[in-house]
Amino acid sequence: MKRLNTNMAMVALAAMVLSTFSGCSRSEAEAPAATSSGGISPQKFADAVHAVMMADRTVYAKQVVTRLKKQDAPVSPSEYWQDEDHTIPLPAQMFRMGAEIVNEDPTAGFTYSLTSQWPLNPQHQAKGVEVEGLKFLAENPGENFYSEEEIAGKKYFTALYADKAVAEACWTCHNEHANRGADYPEFKEGDVMGGVVVRLPID
Amino acid sequence: MTRLLWISWFVLTIAGATTLFIALPGDSTASSLSTVFLPGQTTHGHHQIEMKCAACHLPDGGVTDQSCIDCHGGELKLSRDTHPASKFHDPTKAPLLLKIDAQNCLSCHVEHEEELTHPMGVTVPEDYCYHCHEDVAKDRPSHAGLAFNSCANAGCHNYHDNRALYENFLRKHAGEANVLDEPRNPLRRVQQWLASAPASSRSPLTAEQSNAPAEHTTAELTAAWADSAHAAAAVNCSGCHNADKNSSAGDSWVAVPDHQSCAGCHDGQVDSFLVGRHGMRLAAGLSPMTPELARLPMHGDAAHRQLDCSACHDPHQPDMALAAFDACISCHDDSHSRSYADSSHHTLWQQELSGQGAPGSGVSCATCHMPRDEDGHVQHNQNDNLRPAEKMARTVCMNCHGLQFTLDALADPQLKDNCYSGPATMKVRSLDMVKDWFESRKRR
Repeated sequence: MKRLNTNMAMVALAAMVLSTFSGCSRSEAEAPAATSSGGISPQKFADAVHAVMMADRTVYAKQVVTRLKKQDAPVSPSEYWQDEDHTIPLPAQMFRMGAEIVNEDPTAGFTYSLTSQWPLNPQHQAKGVEVEGLKFLAENPGENFYSEEEIAGKKYFTALYADKAVAEACWTCHNEHANRGADYPEFKEGDVMGGVVVRLPID
Repeated sequence: MTRLLWISWFVLTIAGATTLFIALPGDSTASSLSTVFLPGQTTHGHHQIEMKCAACHLPDGGVTDQSCIDCHGGELKLSRDTHPASKFHDPTKAPLLLKIDAQNCLSCHVEHEEELTHPMGVTVPEDYCYHCHEDVAKDRPSHAGLAFNSCANAGCHNYHDNRALYENFLRKHAGEANVLDEPRNPLRRVQQWLASAPASSRSPLTAEQSNAPAEHTTAELTAAWADSAHAAAAVNCSGCHNADKNSSAGDSWVAVPDHQSCAGCHDGQVDSFLVGRHGMRLAAGLSPMTPELARLPMHGDAAHRQLDCSACHDPHQPDMALAAFDACISCHDDSHSRSYADSSHHTLWQQELSGQGAPGSGVSCATCHMPRDEDGHVQHNQNDNLRPAEKMARTVCMNCHGLQFTLDALADPQLKDNCYSGPATMKVRSLDMVKDWFESRKRR
């Protein structure tokens, strides 16, 4: 009986997963709830970890970086914080460092990153389904992008969330950066500067 | 006849097994016959421990990159590795990994492949950067037309350590003078250390207070000790010579204390000594390194000297000037070492020793190869900042020289041979490229 319940739960979970993939993209409002067996869909998982990572970064950007700036503190954010005294990492760097730690953790089971149509580092150029995702985010304000993709023979569930300019440090640094391309926009508060990518294997 | 065959088979089997037993590398010793089992010559970095197969190999003979990480992982982290394996965990990097498996050290560093090995133990063709960065000129027009194998051998880029080579660093240090206004190396901080040490360490001991049993010392040794930094720091004879530090002198006397005894107080120095060329054999559980085992040219009369702490530091008369130059030159006999005496660095060192030069203005062997950090601690891994050469820029050269002068000198093979006597004959272009790049961005 126990085995049967487990099987049923697996079928229910599979159905949830399949229903998640039935549309390439969907808005956050349509996200399915947790399954009755207690498992959660890849989309729900991605939404959850995204909520945590954005909360952390927003707190860092607004309550640490912006606060220090407003107080004219002797410590300031800098892209080159590792080499300059009295500096701290930029919010985007803090975010990426977290992503690297998760990447190094084999038990994490997922990866996340930042991408943009206008990457300052060419190595961060959107790849595969991310290109489609960024386009979707630009055309559908307030919505998230969900899809599945295959990379090097492995299947992934990939979610993209709009990454908006939340603190002045973000857009001033980007707008003045030497690496900005010819088509680089002049960002201001609230603009979508790129996307947060959450990717988890589904094989 | 059959009987003879059986006896022959038995004798040959026993002889073969005995030969293997003698020849196969054991844990700490190996006969010269053992080397016949090496599949090929090892690199300069590993030859000292090549007979300790288990240092890298698993019991089944295989090898994983964990062996590399065990010894080199810490250094890579400190070097702010530009291509850490974690950078390639993101699934979107998979296409790049098909070009070169950057998550595995062994993709680029294979041992026992002498004919394929380039500098830095690299065993892939020198155009490895090109495979992933072939379109670099799109973002950096100055790179258009550069040779596909020039990235890492023109003083501009390294695969792992770019701390002295990245754009903003070059920009910040562009235009510096060849010799800075106040060229100074970090100094020892013994006085500061003594001031913060427990009171018991601040009461110098005298010869009369020596606790060495009479049969283990001489008046000369005791007098030398009483005049040494050890006595000044209240370290009595038993502090080094007693295996049991809590026991009174004489109970467990050790005539010649090893590096582990020194590590009781000088742990940082010993730790770094054990990961360098001088101590790596000890770290692997092998006999100490001797000049006869070295691949670099050494003085013949030093061939059998054993490299432990006391090879450079006489524990009864610790003399930092001796350890910083004389000790090195008593073994090393290559053109770089021989040329030092004719260099301006040597002149500065002599001036500092004689009191003519300011403290920290001299440049000895140790200044460059065993540099002090800002806290005055000496790095005893003499290979830590050696390869690639640009590693030395920040830890040593830039204490006294501007970055352009530094990178030009480090990239000049002739200067390496003559111990940096004279000006560089080539110019590293990266500083000019960076200057032009940032200028061009300003004009937009």
